[in-house]
Amino acid sequence: MSGVQVTEATIKELCDVAQLAVELAKKAGADDAEVLVRDGSELTAKIRLGEPELVQEAGSRALGLRVIRGGRRAVTYTSDLRRDSLEALCAETVTLADLAEPDEFALPPDPALLAKSYPELDLYDPRVAEVDAAWALKQAIAGEAAARKHDARVTNSEGATWSRVLGATAFATSGGFVGGYRGSYASLVVEPLCDDTTDPTTPKKRNGYWWTASRFLADLEAADAVGIEAARRTVATLGSRKVETQECAIVFDPEVARGIVGTVFSVANGSSFWRKSSYLVGKEGELIASPLVTIVDDPLIPRAPGSKPFDGDGLPTRKNVVVDKGVLGPVLCDVYSARKLGGGRQSTGSAGRGIGGNPGPTTTNLIMSAGTMKRDALIRDTKKGLYVTSLMGFGFNPVTGDFSRGAQGFWIEGGELTFPVSEITIAANFDEILKRIDAVADDLTLRSSTAAPTFRVSHMTLAGTSR
Amino acid sequence: MTSTTTTLPAALRAPFAAGGSNAIDAALANRLLSIALEAGGDYADIYFEFRVSADYALEEEQIRTLGRGITLGLGVRVTKGDATGYAYCEDLSWEKMAHAAKTAGQIAAAGGHAPIGVAALASVSTPSFYDVPTPSLVVPAPDKLALLRAADKAARAFDPRIIKVEASFAESIKEVLLFTSDGRMATDVQPLMRFGVRATAEDAGKRQAGSGGGGGRYGLDYFADARRDAAAHGREAARVAIAMLDARDAPAGEMPVVLGPGDSGILLHEAVGHGLEADFNRKETSNYSGQMGKNVASPLCTVVDDATIQNSRGAVNVDDEGYAGQRNVLIENGVLVGYMHDRLSAKHYGIKPTGNGRRESFRSMPLPRMTNTSLLGGKDNPEDIIKSVKRGIYAKRFSGGQVNISNGDFLFSLTESYLIEDGKLTAPLKGVNLIGNGPEVLRRVDMLGSDFELSDGIWTCGKDGQSVPVNVGTPTVRIASITVGGTQA
Repeated sequence: MSGVQVTEATIKELCDVAQLAVELAKKAGADDAEVLVRDGSELTAKIRLGEPELVQEAGSRALGLRVIRGGRRAVTYTSDLRRDSLEALCAETVTLADLAEPDEFALPPDPALLAKSYPELDLYDPRVAEVDAAWALKQAIAGEAAARKHDARVTNSEGATWSRVLGATAFATSGGFVGGYRGSYASLVVEPLCDDTTDPTTPKKRNGYWWTASRFLADLEAADAVGIEAARRTVATLGSRKVETQECAIVFDPEVARGIVGTVFSVANGSSFWRKSSYLVGKEGELIASPLVTIVDDPLIPRAPGSKPFDGDGLPTRKNVVVDKGVLGPVLCDVYSARKLGGGRQSTGSAGRGIGGNPGPTTTNLIMSAGTMKRDALIRDTKKGLYVTSLMGFGFNPVTGDFSRGAQGFWIEGGELTFPVSEITIAANFDEILKRIDAVADDLTLRSSTAAPTFRVSHMTLAGTSR
Repeated sequence: MTSTTTTLPAALRAPFAAGGSNAIDAALANRLLSIALEAGGDYADIYFEFRVSADYALEEEQIRTLGRGITLGLGVRVTKGDATGYAYCEDLSWEKMAHAAKTAGQIAAAGGHAPIGVAALASVSTPSFYDVPTPSLVVPAPDKLALLRAADKAARAFDPRIIKVEASFAESIKEVLLFTSDGRMATDVQPLMRFGVRATAEDAGKRQAGSGGGGGRYGLDYFADARRDAAAHGREAARVAIAMLDARDAPAGEMPVVLGPGDSGILLHEAVGHGLEADFNRKETSNYSGQMGKNVASPLCTVVDDATIQNSRGAVNVDDEGYAGQRNVLIENGVLVGYMHDRLSAKHYGIKPTGNGRRESFRSMPLPRMTNTSLLGGKDNPEDIIKSVKRGIYAKRFSGGQVNISNGDFLFSLTESYLIEDGKLTAPLKGVNLIGNGPEVLRRVDMLGSDFELSDGIWTCGKDGQSVPVNVGTPTVRIASITVGGTQA
């Protein structure tokens, strides 16, 4: 399987293509051009009830081009990287840009700000590339088998999937930036299923999951441990029921707490600020959350899932403090949103860029700092409330901060997890949610690019059955 | 062959089509299928896709960005029992295609039988539910930019409190060519467009946003109808934003809910649609598993998935496995009568495929998916339905929904809703979720309006990481009781 290894030579080749496309775009009449090239391959091995269900293996390559001419922008993409095709693409993109209207802020970054060099962040593990389909299937089978063996109440399975992606990214701009890096990512997810006949008139099925993921093969949890945890979590939901509508404390498990932290970013970035589509507009430097809340975005952590050495504008990446003990820091910006916001604001090195789009602010490793309390102590300290393990739906209005989501979890009574709960919603204004965080646990792990420890919100409205 | 394909300029025709620069004929397809089956697979198909897309965006009264993209590729699928091997390539050179075929075929490497032959390839006759003489991609860009400007202007003219308007237009043409080892050959050209407007209103320090939009498998003639021209979508976005300025906190708890016609079909899509996709039932992971022939909804409810609705966003001439799109009744007068199938599940159940095998692109295997899913109209006067509610919620617009297939819990998010008090719509309510259990909620449908409406084409459905365009429809519906997720306990 050495054919899928991403080598330094691959990165060099992609950088060369990116630079060639920049040149061709300039020749075609662009004032400025920016080119992103990605090369990736995937292996997905899915099994169900011990048998292979899907093996998918393929590689792909794509190039995204943005040209600016007289402040007018156009963005195009293709998977055809032959020189004559690129020439045609460049000409077409320039023609397209002429149809746009000039935007005085759509200028390339000051060349002095571009990254001159960038750090090696150890994001690629050749061992991940060495995995073949047979080994991947074996891991998935082991994970599922452990789940089914762990508890007889696991009666069915939605399967287990071992997958990996390998990729190289290169970026070049007419301002003189050129750079590239490679990355690997592997994961295993196990999804057991139980029959729930607690109420024999309405039998239901209960699903659950657990997962492990890392850039490095050696950092993955053992397949059977993942399976056992998946079974434990699924079986625990048997007999889930609604509770009465009421105000109560809400404790967020790390699996959902990280989603809340992601929501903070959605209203604390330069793009939502200049668009005035965030309830936090104008609140930089103010207390927007409990003093227990500190959130950083750190792209420079070696081996971490969200790390990257330079941003989508070609600027060096850096650690940014988004919320410092409850106080909103400067929001994350790319070059464009910093310019739009004005007042001498600079990019925070937070530009993200996809193949077919304009850059915009993004996160790398967005992390809420751990507190000092043990998770068990936090639950013991909660008289009455809901421990939330999963959220459903999209009920968040960034403009007003109104937040309402479907939730599943466990009822807390007298400091103990009692019975499982489902089919209820939790709601409050996001501003209140952040300010009401009154306990943060110490159980932070960096398994995903957005991460948070367990925390508690003193009270929210839970909607369930009528009183 | 439809007139869509005959009128397309060369740049929009797939290179693999007859006469194209990389034409794929039956003989070549046969060779690829043979390679795919070499290791002993039961079945193989090869799926060629060429997609050209463009998008245009207006913001701050200016045309900000224009974009265009081209995708070309081949997906190869080989099945062996219930197992699937899948590979794809973006380069239609013989070496790359043969490699993909060989890779996908490896699924049968352990325990495969001697290679079976490829049946003689014959074209599947396909109906025509979206004959678009002039696809919008053929029309010069300035005509489309004018639509964005018209929507912007209309939204701003609607009310001086509109402070911001964003408008977008996205269009694509997808051409597919498919060959299967059991002898089917199909081709289709699928135009698709979507127009969207988002308006923000501000008054006395309060800010609210509203959206409008529509589309489907149309050309620009879609906008000829004044009820859905660019200005109408602009005004609708502005109307919602302004109405929501007065929104108050929504109640929390169980109460009657009246769903408005059209968009509310998204509830149906989530509450029952996904649970009736046969893959979940084949694996017995759906709460509808084993319920065939049983009462699963109120006798008022008849639910159909209909790929044959002319020009609708979810219309499918031929699905991504080479079966013609059709109208499938899923629930009839409350009784479960059919699932939506792909080839794998149809084989499992020993029935004919239903034309629901769809995939996002050549990079993904087909799955049973919805097309245009509707709850058919009933006999009640819509006004009487609202009048019948003493205290409840009237749901008008939605941003989306989600369902847990296993236990049937679903949730969907309202962006425009009103309190019903003593049979009248009173205050607008802030964004709120409804949460319920699919089968339980369908049993509580106790009034059904005569005003069936298909939603204007804006919906995209996600499953296993694959997105496909769909549509939904419903009349006014009363649900006796459902949990409303507001903040006023």
